[in-house]
Amino acid sequence: MTELTKLTLAEARTKLAAKEITSVELTEAHLAAAKASDKLNAYVTLTPEVALEMAAASDARIAKGEAGPLEGLPLGVKDLFCTNGVRTTACSNILDDFTPTYESTVTANLWADGAVMLGKLNNDEFAMGSSNETSRFGPCVNPWKASDSDANLVPGGSSGGSSAAVAAHLALGATATDTGGSIRQPASFTGTVGMKPTYGRCSRWGTVAFASSLDQAGPITRSVRDAAIMLKSMAGHDEKDTTSVDIDVPDYEAAFTGDIRGLKIGIPKEYRVEGMSDEIEKLWTQGIAWLKSAGAEIVDVSLPHTKYALPAYYIVAPAEASSNLARYDGVRYGLRVHGDDITDMYEKTRAEGFGDEVRRRVLIGTYVLSAGYYDAYYIKAQKIRTLIAQDFKQAYEKVDLLLTPTAPSPAFAIGEKVNDPLSMYLNDVFTVPVNLAGLPGISLPAGLSSNGLPLGLQLIGRTFDEETLLRAAGVLEEAAGFSAEPSIWWTEA
Amino acid sequence: MSVDENTVRRIAKLARIAVTEEELAPLSKDLSTILDWVEQLGEVDTDHVPPMTSVVEMEIKMREDIVRHDNLQKQVTQNAPQSEDGFFTVPKVIE
Repeated sequence: MTELTKLTLAEARTKLAAKEITSVELTEAHLAAAKASDKLNAYVTLTPEVALEMAAASDARIAKGEAGPLEGLPLGVKDLFCTNGVRTTACSNILDDFTPTYESTVTANLWADGAVMLGKLNNDEFAMGSSNETSRFGPCVNPWKASDSDANLVPGGSSGGSSAAVAAHLALGATATDTGGSIRQPASFTGTVGMKPTYGRCSRWGTVAFASSLDQAGPITRSVRDAAIMLKSMAGHDEKDTTSVDIDVPDYEAAFTGDIRGLKIGIPKEYRVEGMSDEIEKLWTQGIAWLKSAGAEIVDVSLPHTKYALPAYYIVAPAEASSNLARYDGVRYGLRVHGDDITDMYEKTRAEGFGDEVRRRVLIGTYVLSAGYYDAYYIKAQKIRTLIAQDFKQAYEKVDLLLTPTAPSPAFAIGEKVNDPLSMYLNDVFTVPVNLAGLPGISLPAGLSSNGLPLGLQLIGRTFDEETLLRAAGVLEEAAGFSAEPSIWWTEA
Repeated sequence: MSVDENTVRRIAKLARIAVTEEELAPLSKDLSTILDWVEQLGEVDTDHVPPMTSVVEMEIKMREDIVRHDNLQKQVTQNAPQSEDGFFTVPKVIE
């Protein structure tokens, strides 16, 4: 780690503006760190030429006094965002060497504000997974290791490349996406900050679709302020996505008043799940104490349908995925496997192109949407979703925010859960309800497990009230004072 | 087993994914485990609950129905595994 890669996004922004450093220097430092990180497998495509060209252009704009809000700041991009002229695969074989001729709205917004692209980051295939082990490029590795084992751990998923790259200082921040926890759970596993904004805050245009009613883009960063900075640029209405809302994007940094006196924080009792480990319980209690001593009022609330969120999600998400992934047919882009006739070609292409977890979910989705089962599964799940959203609505009549753990455990070993889909799905027990209700949520590092691994706490806000969420997250971050870093083992020969 | 091997064969056909005979049994087990687990939703009385249609209250905006980009044939077919003269090509479908 160099002095330049140690910086937070906000610190780098200050130094660039003061002309203490150049974007080319900053970008070169991050490219060097990224090049020396093969063992982490965080980047699936590094784009040094693009990065240095963008950095030089940024330096020129800074010199001319025309700097944008993210001018010269090098970022990583989850390989789910289409990038013009740069291979985009969703980490699936079925996309082969697909090279978009257009740019996703979220990344276009970042570049328009002056950010620099370092490359594309690993993720679970089509964002389906909680460990980044289903990627066609192989698993991404968590920079953190337990104090009692040398085993390689998962960085969480699906945005594992994003969380690992940010935790290992291979980027100042990274884009990510969250359908059931794919930003927040990897942030919790890597000691980083992960924020999923309200559904509709960021455009989904040009982001490879998984489950369209749940997918939402957001940042992974090393501080809450950095998340606010990135989100400000990523968010906004886009006429190419009718579900992106046309309301003003506030100046999120103005939310950091540090004052949460009188704010009501709800503690949902249903999140105290059976078999919750002592250290997660302790972390949660500690989080409550921090917010209380900062002047917040703690209120016990009930979200009675919480236990049904995960099973409802595993109907809705695969159903939408089976529909979204119908486009991969070997005709217009990506892989094609020769067949005797067109149906044979479709079937062979999709058999070879999709990995096991994606195939599993497409089959489940096809089943729950098929004639005779649609009402029993899909409509039933959408009704449960209404109940879950109502639970939150009722809670928000009494409180401003909710505090919960982000994940039921710290990072686990690669291979530990990959053959047991159900136990993998349970990782998202605290994050999935937030997606089903379309709410904003943020995970921030709050402590270490007994064997030295990061643990995150999650704050959940009201629809489109990211400001209150960030304000409280800022206070919690300061109280937690999380400063642990993984020791750098991945650069060794 | 809520999803037997014949059902796996049928939904794989619907999903246009080739599945070998050897894969049927493990897939039947995997899918049944997941679908048996979601059966717990049956405990919840949802008779008078409307299914969710939009997670955030919003009005879908209308826009002018006009052509904004044209002559994109090259870009559109650029990533095709097989194309000819600006068209996608597929195995013969009409005898």
